[in-house]
Amino acid sequence: MRLLKLAQIAPRLCAAAVLLLLPFAQAHAGKTLDQIRQRGQLVCGVSTGVIGFSAVDSQGHWRGLDVDVCRAIAAAVLKDPNKVKYVPVNAEQRFTALQSGEVDLLSRNTTWTLTRDASLGLEFTAITYYDGQGFLVPKKLKLRSAAQLRNAEICVQSGTTTEQNLSDYFKAQGVNVKPVVFENFEASIRAFFSGRCQAYTTDASALAFIRSKEAQKPDDYQILPELISKEPLGPVVRRGDDAWFTIVKWVVFALIDAEEYGVTQGNVQSMKASTNPAIRRLLGSTGDSGKPLGLDRDWAARAVGAVGNYGEIFRRNVGADSPLKLARGLNALWTQGGLMYAPPIR
Amino acid sequence: MPGPLSGRRLRSFVVQGVVAVGLALLLWLLFHFTAANMRERGIHSGFGFLLEPAGFAIGESPLPFDSADSVLWALVVGLVNTLRVALPAIVVSTVLGTLIGLGRLSPNLLLRGLCKAYVETLRNVPLLLQLLAWYFVVTDLLPDSGAALQIVPHVFLSKSGLAVPWFGDDGALLDLPVRGDLAVTGGAALTPEFLALLLGLSLYTAAYVAETVRAGIQSVPRGQSDAALALGMSRVQSFRRVLLPQALRSIIPPLTNQHLSLTKNVSLAVAIGYPDLVSIADTTLNQTGRAAECIAVIMAVYLIVSLLTAWASTALERRTGRWAQRP
Repeated sequence: MRLLKLAQIAPRLCAAAVLLLLPFAQAHAGKTLDQIRQRGQLVCGVSTGVIGFSAVDSQGHWRGLDVDVCRAIAAAVLKDPNKVKYVPVNAEQRFTALQSGEVDLLSRNTTWTLTRDASLGLEFTAITYYDGQGFLVPKKLKLRSAAQLRNAEICVQSGTTTEQNLSDYFKAQGVNVKPVVFENFEASIRAFFSGRCQAYTTDASALAFIRSKEAQKPDDYQILPELISKEPLGPVVRRGDDAWFTIVKWVVFALIDAEEYGVTQGNVQSMKASTNPAIRRLLGSTGDSGKPLGLDRDWAARAVGAVGNYGEIFRRNVGADSPLKLARGLNALWTQGGLMYAPPIR
Repeated sequence: MPGPLSGRRLRSFVVQGVVAVGLALLLWLLFHFTAANMRERGIHSGFGFLLEPAGFAIGESPLPFDSADSVLWALVVGLVNTLRVALPAIVVSTVLGTLIGLGRLSPNLLLRGLCKAYVETLRNVPLLLQLLAWYFVVTDLLPDSGAALQIVPHVFLSKSGLAVPWFGDDGALLDLPVRGDLAVTGGAALTPEFLALLLGLSLYTAAYVAETVRAGIQSVPRGQSDAALALGMSRVQSFRRVLLPQALRSIIPPLTNQHLSLTKNVSLAVAIGYPDLVSIADTTLNQTGRAAECIAVIMAVYLIVSLLTAWASTALERRTGRWAQRP
């Protein structure tokens, strides 16, 4: 009579399964900002470990440029930069995590491309780092440019725009190369340093780190001069919540504007009394720039007070004060020959 | 005598029908809600992207592939790469596993001990670790690509793999490997990724095959071989005519499972840089962001491959069944 029992259970099983599916079926109700306030916590999708951008330090704290963006937003929205829950997502999971509502924000060295912006139900907010893809090669190969990598085998980690850039660049050059694609970062690095590939390719910011930290003798390796792609990185939000999209975008802008006006983590309180109208508007001394965003007037002052201005964030995480020692380059302010330019707060 | 649709039979038909309809409904709901939710969140869906240009290159493939070829073709190349490892690994692991399984039944203590040690070691270390270990051993041992070792003329061994002459694709009869500036070029290469994967999968699966073979042979009652010997058969004859036919019946079904898991384990290739189906689908997923579709494709392909393997094995089982009943 086992079959009969199954017949009794089957409808219940079906009902249970439908119940399980219900959360799936529910419309994505509620605004992101309300949810964050209700929860008292910002949920930030970060990388599983890219030093300088988002990685756990020896004390177990998340650190990095992408992490500081999350902290600045939490400071602006929740008045506390520590009210952030970091969810490490790998390259394959990241968009799904954001689409499904698991994270409020993806601040995870993600390149802004048309397909990602227009067809995944996501929106890129602003650019926090201008990166480009480069090559790390052993010096003993005596290479001067990437064009000399004819027939080379190139180690690369999957799950990024890297593979496509590689193919595009060498196709345009009429040069044939063989990618050796690894899912895991450690394995790809290990294979390159064991001599399996003649070059390693990824974003230039990461190459500097790999050369200085992963190579046994950093001096045996060099980074080729060419950057073969544009990799604008920045925070991403779900499409369909314009208010939240605007808040994330303007917190980033405020950090950049603060650098331009010379507002730092140290002087943000005293700067509130500045006579410069642009600074007064930014810090909420004149007018209420928070109101149109649904925030209070101190939002930007709190963000800068929590993590510093963009220049300070850069310097601490990837620049001169960090092990990476990256030059500002394209990431300098527009007033200093770089691309960092934020619309005015008024 | 009960009619065709009376009592128990009728009830069982109804129950099966209800379960089948319920299952279909469940699948439909899953599909419907996923599609509806994706639509609502502005996520494009559908399988049209399969026909768009892939945009990435594939490191090694027996089939011609260019980044301008379609995503679909890239996935086909991935499947061929998967089978290119799986099929030889199935043969090697079955042969090796059978020998080790027989070794475990050997009266020789040393041989028995060695075979037991092999099985226990290989089967108790995670396959992923074994693959990484083999891969790094292989790449560390081989000479640098710039200083490839010429074993015989036009056969080179280096960190780029074993390069051998192969058919030329543009008119030339033979494509001979030569030392290039950076690495050996031309010909066909068995890469370290391929070799490590083949080695790792074969050795790992052989441990399981050995246990299956041992258990299968031990499942035949001792009286059978005793009787065969009493009838005047030699040890070899009794093994071939009496033990093996009976043992095979209990060996083949679990052996099929081993072959199936070996094929699925090829997906660990992503860890050591071999472009199998999953690796290529992963890359596609990243370029296009079509997570649900790419996963569906991988699942469908593995399902088809596994069903074909299972079908072939059932056919084999039926044949051995007949063989066993042969007078």
